[in-house]
Amino acid sequence: MATDPIHQFQITKLLPLEVAGFDVSFTNSALFMVATVALSSAFLIFSTSGRGLIPGRAQSISEMAYEFIANILRQSAGSEGMKFFPLVFSLFVFILIANLFGMFPYFFTVTSHIIITAALALLVIGIVLIYGFWRNGIGFLKLFVPGGVPPILAAIIVPIEVLSFISRPLSLSVRLFANMLAGHITLKVFAGFVVTLTGMGFGGMLGALLPLAFTVALTALEFLVAFLQAYVFAILTCMYLNDAIHPSH
Amino acid sequence: MAATKEHETGTNSEVGTPGGQEGGGAFPPFDSSTFASQLLWLAITFGLFYYLMSKVVLPRISDILEVRSDRIAQDLEEANRFKQESDEAIAAYEQELAEAKSKAHAIATEASDKAKAEAESYREKVEAELSAKLATAEDKIAEIKQAALSEVGSIAEDTAAVMVNELLGGKVSKADVTAAIKQAGKS
Repeated sequence: MATDPIHQFQITKLLPLEVAGFDVSFTNSALFMVATVALSSAFLIFSTSGRGLIPGRAQSISEMAYEFIANILRQSAGSEGMKFFPLVFSLFVFILIANLFGMFPYFFTVTSHIIITAALALLVIGIVLIYGFWRNGIGFLKLFVPGGVPPILAAIIVPIEVLSFISRPLSLSVRLFANMLAGHITLKVFAGFVVTLTGMGFGGMLGALLPLAFTVALTALEFLVAFLQAYVFAILTCMYLNDAIHPSH
Repeated sequence: MAATKEHETGTNSEVGTPGGQEGGGAFPPFDSSTFASQLLWLAITFGLFYYLMSKVVLPRISDILEVRSDRIAQDLEEANRFKQESDEAIAAYEQELAEAKSKAHAIATEASDKAKAEAESYREKVEAELSAKLATAEDKIAEIKQAALSEVGSIAEDTAAVMVNELLGGKVSKADVTAAIKQAGKS
């Protein structure tokens, strides 16, 4: 049980709740979503409450996060994309903090469940679709027809473009989900090796050094992945939003 | 118990990926019975988070950054203004210095000219005075000489009268003596 690498993804009900026939219990996943939001909101609100002209450390972190996301968004979607800044910023911080929470032993990783990442990805694609059609009308479909392509080629390219657009939410959600899932499983498996080998006596203890080193290295890698996946999610969101704003590329 | 469980989950994670979507599978991420709860709580928490970010945190940070960049721009402007002012002050100072120099030069030339002129006029005056004094002195000398010369005649006459009276026993008048001297002087 202790070395079962899948067990960490188990959802347990902390507060059973049922509304209109749906099981909407407050689970460990919900708890960590609340913790993610509470921690990041509290940090961002309190660190900036002083409104220091010269920022302290905490305020610097908040400002850096702000400028980091603002730069990504402005570079990929232009100044008009800045109206989606709260969305991209929220997505980035939420995913980053949820990923980092998952790095604590015994903590639940919210983003290791496909339904969460899929919901976030569909939110992004939904906004891209709605805003794209609202802003450009039927001209949004130009997104699927690259400019200056002869009609014969367009017959081949348009289906490819449509397919690539449809696969966006899929890739966006699966990338994050799979990274978190695989990383945590790998970590758990190597850590499990350490436990198992140590239980085999002195020789096992020597043998356990290798998976231990792996575990340490993987932990560092997972911290990188936790940041990187949040970054990738944010930057892809920016690029998709750019398509909604400027559909003819 | 643990072994069978491990085996069970192991098979499920391998073949269970499509099977898990049916719901109630043992691989938690594909267990659809938890989806409703996860979606609801994600909507609540992420919605709240989005609200807080867009209404509180991001406007505040944007405010902070704006105030700071305004302040920096303002300070730079002020610094530029000060620099310009100091440049102006330096230019004004240099101009005034040049003016003062030329003025001082003018004053110095004027003073020396004036002093020269004064000295000249004083010298002339003194010279004139001296020559006037010299002239009067010469006049006086001539007068005195004249007086002395004229008195020499009368003294001689007196002396001659006294001598004649002494020699001849005193019956010769002064007028006769004078006429005799004049006679003698003519011959």
